[in-house]
Formats: sequence, C-alpha cells, structure tokens
Amino acid sequence: MNGRTEDCPRRHWESAAARKERENLESILQIKHLTHTYGVGTPFQRSAVEDMSFDVYSGEFLGIIGHTGSGKSTLIQHLNGLLKPTSGQILLNGKDIWAEPKKIRDVRFQVGLVFQYPEYQLFEETVYKDIAFGPANMGKTGEELDHCVREAARLVGIRDDQLFKSPFELSGGQKRRVALAGVIAMEPQVLILDEPTAGLDPAGRENLLANIRDYHRNKKRTIILVSHSMDEIAQNVDRILVLKSAHVLMSGAPQEVFARADELISAGLDVPQVTRIAMRLKEKGLPIDPAVYTVRALEQELLAARKGGAAC
Amino acid sequence: MESETTMATMIQTENLKYAYPAMEGEAQIFALQDVDLEIEQGSFVVVLGHNGSGKSTLAKTFNGVLLPAGGKVYVEGMDTADEHLLLAIRQRVGMVFQNPDNQIVANVVEEDIAFAPENLGVPSAEIRRRVDNALAAVGMSEFVRHAPHLLSGGQKQRIAIAGVIAMEPACIVLDEATAMLDPIGRQEVLSTIHRLNREKGMTVVLITHHMNEAEDADRVVVMDNGKVTMDGTPRQVFTRIEALRNMGLTVPDTVDLLDRLRKDGLDVPLDALTVEECADAIAHAVAVK
Amino acid sequence: MLKDITLGQFFPGDTAAHKLDPRTKILLVTLYIIALFCAKSVVSYGLLALTLAVCVRISRVGVKALVRGLKPVLFIILFTGLLNLFFTPGTRYLVEWGPVHISDTGLHNAIFMVLRIMLLIMGTFLMTYTTSPISLTDGLERLLNGLKKLHVPVHELAMMMSIALRFIPTLIEETDKIMSAQKARGADFESGNLMQKAKALIPILVPLFISAFRRADELAVAMECRCYHGGEGRTKLHVLQYARRDWIALFLGGAITAGVLVLRQFGL
Repeated sequence: MNGRTEDCPRRHWESAAARKERENLESILQIKHLTHTYGVGTPFQRSAVEDMSFDVYSGEFLGIIGHTGSGKSTLIQHLNGLLKPTSGQILLNGKDIWAEPKKIRDVRFQVGLVFQYPEYQLFEETVYKDIAFGPANMGKTGEELDHCVREAARLVGIRDDQLFKSPFELSGGQKRRVALAGVIAMEPQVLILDEPTAGLDPAGRENLLANIRDYHRNKKRTIILVSHSMDEIAQNVDRILVLKSAHVLMSGAPQEVFARADELISAGLDVPQVTRIAMRLKEKGLPIDPAVYTVRALEQELLAARKGGAAC
Repeated sequence: MESETTMATMIQTENLKYAYPAMEGEAQIFALQDVDLEIEQGSFVVVLGHNGSGKSTLAKTFNGVLLPAGGKVYVEGMDTADEHLLLAIRQRVGMVFQNPDNQIVANVVEEDIAFAPENLGVPSAEIRRRVDNALAAVGMSEFVRHAPHLLSGGQKQRIAIAGVIAMEPACIVLDEATAMLDPIGRQEVLSTIHRLNREKGMTVVLITHHMNEAEDADRVVVMDNGKVTMDGTPRQVFTRIEALRNMGLTVPDTVDLLDRLRKDGLDVPLDALTVEECADAIAHAVAVK
Repeated sequence: MLKDITLGQFFPGDTAAHKLDPRTKILLVTLYIIALFCAKSVVSYGLLALTLAVCVRISRVGVKALVRGLKPVLFIILFTGLLNLFFTPGTRYLVEWGPVHISDTGLHNAIFMVLRIMLLIMGTFLMTYTTSPISLTDGLERLLNGLKKLHVPVHELAMMMSIALRFIPTLIEETDKIMSAQKARGADFESGNLMQKAKALIPILVPLFISAFRRADELAVAMECRCYHGGEGRTKLHVLQYARRDWIALFLGGAITAGVLVLRQFGL
C-alpha cells in the first residue's frame, strides 16, 4: 500500500486525521463523555449513549452510522439540546450548551435538526409559511425573513410557484424538501439530517442527496448525516462515525473505516457492496485495495491491476 | 418461462386500467394502463418501479382493494369485481402494507394474528392452531403474548405477515412492506417471505423500489408510467442498464461495475448479480489476461 | 413526559388476576365502586383498601405503576379534597383563620373523599393493567350483548374502543416526535399567556390530526384485507367461559360488598 507512485491511476486518499491537519479544521461541536440513561431508578433503566466523546469539525460532512438502538437518535437529540445529558458535556464553539438553560432555544437555531420523515411535521397553510416557521421563531421579520425562506426553498429545489401552495398538495418527496427547507431557513451552523432519504425511491434519494451535497459545497456549513445505509454514507461524507450499542466503535475517513471491514461485519453492520467485491478479489490474490467503496474506484484499481499492477 | 403450461395461475390481469379520481379541472391520469400480467402459483415475483409508477396501485387491485376501471383481475379464476367473491378472494390473497403500525389491530400479538381467522368464522381451537403455526412460520413464537407496539419494525412486519398467513392464503402481496425498515428489519422480512415461498409454496408478490431485494426472485416485473415495461428473470432485467436508469431506477453495483469493465475491454459477463459471482467473474477475466 | 400516561396500558402476566374472565373483572370493579360509595367508616375503608392490596399482591402489578397511574388525575383529587376540606359546614371548627374554616366534618369528608377516589382509580387501573384491551372490550361486548336486540351497535362500539386503546401508545409516541421536531424549529410551548400557549399547540395538533386520519384510513384498508366485515359470523380465539375461580372471585366480591352494606347499617 505504501508503494504508490505518481503515475498510479488510483485515487489518492488521506486519513481523517491528516485532512484535519492539512485543512486546519476547528471543532465546532465537542462531545465530552456524554451519557444518557433512560428510566433512571426503574427496572427499565438503560443507557442509550454511554461515555461518548468525539469532535465535529467546522465545515465537514460527517456521517453517523449504526443500527436501530445503537444510540444514534438519542445522540443527535443532545446536539441541539432537545435532550439533556445524564452526564457529560456538549460544547458548541467551545461553550457548554447547557451553561444557560434558558437560552437553549438559541442552540436549536444554530444546530438544525431534521428528523426522520420530517414531512409529518408540516402544518401551515402554505409552503412559504411552513418554511418561515423556524426563522420567524428566531425573531426574523420582513425582508430578512423573506430572504431566508426563498433562499432555503431554492437550496432544496422548491420552485417559486410551489411556495404558495398547500404543502399537503405536494408529492411525498417534495413535502420532505419543504420540511428540510424549514430547518435550513434558520441558517444553522450545523445541519443534522436523520435518515433524510428513508422511504424515497432511488431517483428521489439521489436528487435529495445531490441537494444536500450542493448545500454543503456552496454554504461550507457542517453537515451530519445519520443513516443506516452504508452505501449512502460512503458516497457522501468526508468522515464516518460508527456507533455500536451506545458507544463509538470507530471513526475515520471512509477508506479507514472500510479497511476494518471485518470488524464492521462482526458488529453486524453492512459494508458497501463494492467493498465486499474488492475484499473477495483481494482474497483471491488480486493486488487491489480492499477498502475501496465506489464502483469507479474499484474499476480503476482493477484496470491498474490488469496492466501488470502489482507495481502499484 | 418454460414451465408455464404445468403451472396454475394465481393472479391474472387482463387489459387492466385504473384511474384515481381527478382533481377539479384536471385531466384524469391513468395509474394503470392496459396491464396484462399472469402470476403463477408458487412463484416469487418482484414488482419494481419508482414512486408513482403504478406498482402500488397494481398491488391493490390483486385482492379487490381497488377495482379495475377497465379490464379484469382474476384470482384463481375469481373475478375481483364480483362482490360475492370478495371475501373468498381476500382470503386467498393476503396483503401486507408499508407502515407496520397501521395494520396491527390488537394490543397482544396472538390476538392480532387471530383477527383474520376470527373474521372468517373459524372455530376457536382451529384459530389457536393457526395462530401458533403462523407465529412459528415467521419465527416469532416466543412473542405470542407481547405487546406489538414495543417490537422493532422488522418484528412488527413479521407479525403483520403472520396475521395474513393465519388466513391460510395461497398468495401474499407485500405492498412496499420493506420501505420503512432498517437493513436488519428488511433482511428479517425478506428471509421470512423467501422461506414461506420455498417451504410452503406460497406465491409471493413483493412490491419494492430496492433493487437488491429482487436479486433472488424468480421473476422481476418493472413498472413505469402505469405500464409493464420489463418482465423477466433478475439477470435479464438488471442487465438492461440504460433502460432501467431512464426509468429512474438504479442497477446493482455488481452490474454497474461489470458494465464499466466491459467498456474498458475486459471480458466479463454482465449478469453476475451477487457479490460472489461478480468477484469470481472478474478474477477469472483478469487471470486470463 | 407524555410517556407517563398509563391509561389503557396493559401489563401481560400469568397470575390469577390476569386469568379471571374479563366479565368477572368488570362485575367485580362495579361491585367495588358500589361498595366504595357505601363505605362510611374507617372500618369499611380499611376493609376495601385491604381488598385492593390483596388483589394488587395477587396480580403482581407493581404498586409504583398503580401510583403512577394517579398522576394525571392528581389535580382532580387535590381539588376535590380541598373543596371538601374548606367548604363543608360542620358543628365544630378545627381551624378558624380569617375566611378559612375547616370543620371536623370537612376534614373527615376530605380524607374519605380523597381515599375513595384513589381507591376507585387504582381499582379500575388494576383491571386495565391485568386485562388486555381486547378481552376487556370482549367482556363488555358479551355483558352488553342483550342490548343488540334494542339495535345498539354493541360490536361496533366494542371494536372502536379496542382500536382506540390500541392506538393510544402509538399516538402518544407520535405526539412526542412532532413536539421534538417543532421544538427543533424553535417552537416554544412553555412561555407566554394562555392564548399564546393555545396557539403554540397548532403546530402539534395539525400534524397529529393529519397523521391520525391517515392511520385510520390505512388501518381500515388493512382490516378489510383481513376479511373484516362487521360482527356477523365472527368467532373468537379466546371464548369467554366462566371457570371455578370466577365463581369464587364473584362470591368473595359479593361477600365484601355485602359486608360493607351491613357495616353501613351499623353506622360504620
């Protein structure tokens, strides 16, 4: 693996730590020894999150993956102060979010959270009013509010003529975009998306993810994508955080995580189909990197291997 | 398919049309247009299509939840439009829906599964037997006295399947029943229905937009714009990469990779669908070079 | 916090209390309520409290769960208690402090009233905790079967009730989710005056109603697909049959009620 040469067609990749170093990334969110226990003092007492510590870097696209019950939903509801830690701290820009409990609403404006199936939260008469709900709660009015709403709608691909329709007339996929715009309109520093593509068909899924990638690219804001689809995470994020039964199992760039595919599989997690093909090819003695996760990358690896490839 | 002549027909549609009531001032849009489909007894058929392709509408005509606006649907020769046959038809073709929470009737698993046989007037002792058998068939026997709302999504859907099996139907239709589940739940449901198909000879019609759920099917039917656009084995369907993409569907990564490698001049087949087949085919081709 | 509501919750179990015929349990609770309203003295209340304690013990339902069930009605209990305490005229006043008067009868009434409501609620809850909603409605349906002749839609009412009970946990969970989602958009349910608080409920109620209608619609289709066509010709998994323990329980329940009535005759 170390014998990479300049003319090698393989895509260069770097570890999450190297990237942080190179881009001089700062932490926007710091999670310190976070524990959340449900039903304290009852026979049902159980920790959904236990002694979790990690940082979220400013401007990164972080993916969080784990099974139902791994603590994902509990964790993300702490990041915007919907849940209060049983113990531990969450720092936003270096400040404990619970330092002033009365100002917790401000944290929710800075860390926007889009829940699963967010279309079920729509309630206003028009798309416009629904998107405006969040920013209006922040105290925005007039032109500033109008700007927020239109900008958010544009970012998620809602046309101007749809703004004054009832959200309930729209298709499922469009409703979801409206709900997403409702959070983006608050212009949060961190945007957390819980299973944003659940229930969408392949085209709808890809369109929505493309919108989210564009938003990330253009706005340079931090995004946390929570998903249980390893493929979806692998194709989109800079860094992956793997959760397993209330703990962080591992974190790193996709290549780093998939290099430990065996651990993922034994933790009962999925590995992208491409990685599984690559692993099998490696087992068969082909000189390729088994941690590739995109079709294109594996194609390149194979072409290189065919050309007499062990040199790479 | 070759065995056509020896196999009995489970469901048959003839020139099936369906249109949802149109909004005021808008033209009526046909959700189904002239669908001719024959589903054989004991087969495992996956119906694929993007949202709005008409696949769900099609499923709902299979047991008379929706009645044809034109054409006919026959279940074991019974016309679904005949009101007197409706109960008999629904007993033969069970249906499992998308949202597990919205199809569970009772607060206790066994009472929920008993719901259908109770409606059919089955004697109590026989209901007991059917409930126990149905639970065993979906591998949920130990949950007989549990409260369904405390189960996981995949478990709830298995309860819903058991609730349908308790009618002792010949066919089970899953209308996007895996769409709301996580990968583990989806796997639970898939292995359950595959086992029912294999061991009990149950006809399965699986409506989905997840391509990889179709890999092990006997037959894949692709819907687009209210019409059947492809119909064949998974290998036949998934190798038509361009056509699938034009319909807003994807192909499995295996086929995508093989397609690219072929274009790069590597001699690999296109129809190695599973990870193992695909890797073997590639290893073989690279070794030959 | 919404999860604390235990109304209609059922704790499955295999105790004698669980195995009793639901009709027996409904009749017993009715008897218990009659007895509670006839009880006049410490002796009768003691007897009834002891009865409940024995039943709770048999059912193995935790006392905590029962007490938790009282929480939502705490206000009503306190209100009734205070009303009785301050506004019952009596012969002797224990406290006369400005406009506040507490008479001996007032204190007596307040204590007994609070006890009565608490026992009544806990007794009823014990029934719902040990009886699945389906068998409860089943029992009710059978008890009221005679009313069918008067064209009362007994089956339909029982079915509606059992479905309502089935969806309570689902809708509570849903309300929680919607509340969190709106809070994430800065909704504020705590501050403001009554009018503002009522207005703040709209973002919860609209999605909740829409979802409830969608669920109802989907459930109706799913029920039809499982051959539901009304109560006619329906059979049951569990056919209700009185067993020996039901006769024993009814006998004991009858005896205790009779005992309370007799005690009442003696002014106790």
